[in-house]
Amino acid sequence: MENLLSLFVRSIFVDNMIFAFFLGMCSYLAVSKNVKTALGLGVAVTFVLVVTLPVNYLLQTEVLSADGILGMDLSFLSFILFIAVIAGIVQLLEMIVERFSPSLYASLGIFLPLIAVNCSIMGASLFMQQRINLPAEDVQAITGVGSAVVYALGSGIGWLLAIVGLAAIREKMAYSDVPAPLRGLGITFITVGLMAMAFMCFSGLKI
Amino acid sequence: MSQLFSKKNKDVFFNPLNIDNPVTVQVLGICSALAVTAKLEPAIVMGLSVTVIVAFANVIISLLRKTIPNRIRIIVQLVVVAALVTIVSEVLKAYAYDVSVQLSVYVGLIITNCILMGRLEAFAMQNAPWESFLDGLGNGIGYAMILIVVAFFRELLGAGQILGFNILNYDCIANTGYMNNGLMLMPPMALIIVGCVIWVQRARNKEMQEQ
Repeated sequence: MENLLSLFVRSIFVDNMIFAFFLGMCSYLAVSKNVKTALGLGVAVTFVLVVTLPVNYLLQTEVLSADGILGMDLSFLSFILFIAVIAGIVQLLEMIVERFSPSLYASLGIFLPLIAVNCSIMGASLFMQQRINLPAEDVQAITGVGSAVVYALGSGIGWLLAIVGLAAIREKMAYSDVPAPLRGLGITFITVGLMAMAFMCFSGLKI
Repeated sequence: MSQLFSKKNKDVFFNPLNIDNPVTVQVLGICSALAVTAKLEPAIVMGLSVTVIVAFANVIISLLRKTIPNRIRIIVQLVVVAALVTIVSEVLKAYAYDVSVQLSVYVGLIITNCILMGRLEAFAMQNAPWESFLDGLGNGIGYAMILIVVAFFRELLGAGQILGFNILNYDCIANTGYMNNGLMLMPPMALIIVGCVIWVQRARNKEMQEQ
């Protein structure tokens, strides 16, 4: 339980997807112009992460690893299989959400297809693949489906925090006098850099 | 032969190097551009890998463009890219193991690198194989250029080295009070340096400035 809590907090603040690993940067910069859409995309990313990571975890441990059901080490196939699972689940989720919750679909709908190529989903799967082999007492170790879900939730919330924060700053920045060549993209990069510096204070955080 | 290098094809190749740069103008492929640039060597390897993958993925998709059903094109593109990335990753593990350890998950993340999907969707689906190859090559090199510039400054100012060779760590320099800036090796500075690269580029090309 303690391990899970510490994994959760670390994946939000210390191993933040945006500020420590730059994952999901493309949609992060493109969709952070106002808080409402940023929130929508953040929720959608968290949602997809929580669904795909346990599936990829089971795929890695039960099928691809040497002691899985096939009895062979097939981990070189993991790139293709992970991306296929992610693209498939995103497609499936889109259909399920459309069928059962049209209002949620109306708010998330446009973002869901984008998420298949959001690097934070693939990145989280690949980091998880690396962390499976860590010793169980390591705070970063992912030892079962439960901790895969917790890691996914933490990473998703970290990503959501980052994009909502940037969107809020950019809304305010519209009123400030930025030098012409820096306007738009340039100042956004520098803002994200300063936010990342602030998040560096969390490194070494222990619970 | 003259048709192969016509004015249009030259534009296809040279535009991504400056006025249509994938990183600083199209804002594609930022994730890996920032993460692998703490040192120059992994940045060069990453730039090369992406160039090779974009060029060949563009050619393959361009050859298949008339047979891919429109509804499942994203999955087809992802599978082609994933196969190429797997090959590059295995080659790196075999011939450049140290670098592939430093690049860690970012080799795998080339699959979801937006440059690939962006170029496949925007260019290779509509154009012939040779133009697509040039477009992929141009975009890959434009991406590699930014990586190399960022990594150069980060390694020089952060560790005082270039490609692992000592440049600034001498007593005569240390005596003047110069110190390496460790912050340069941390993630935030990658963002700020890319911001500065965009600043310089837009200051030189006035028409690219945003209102």
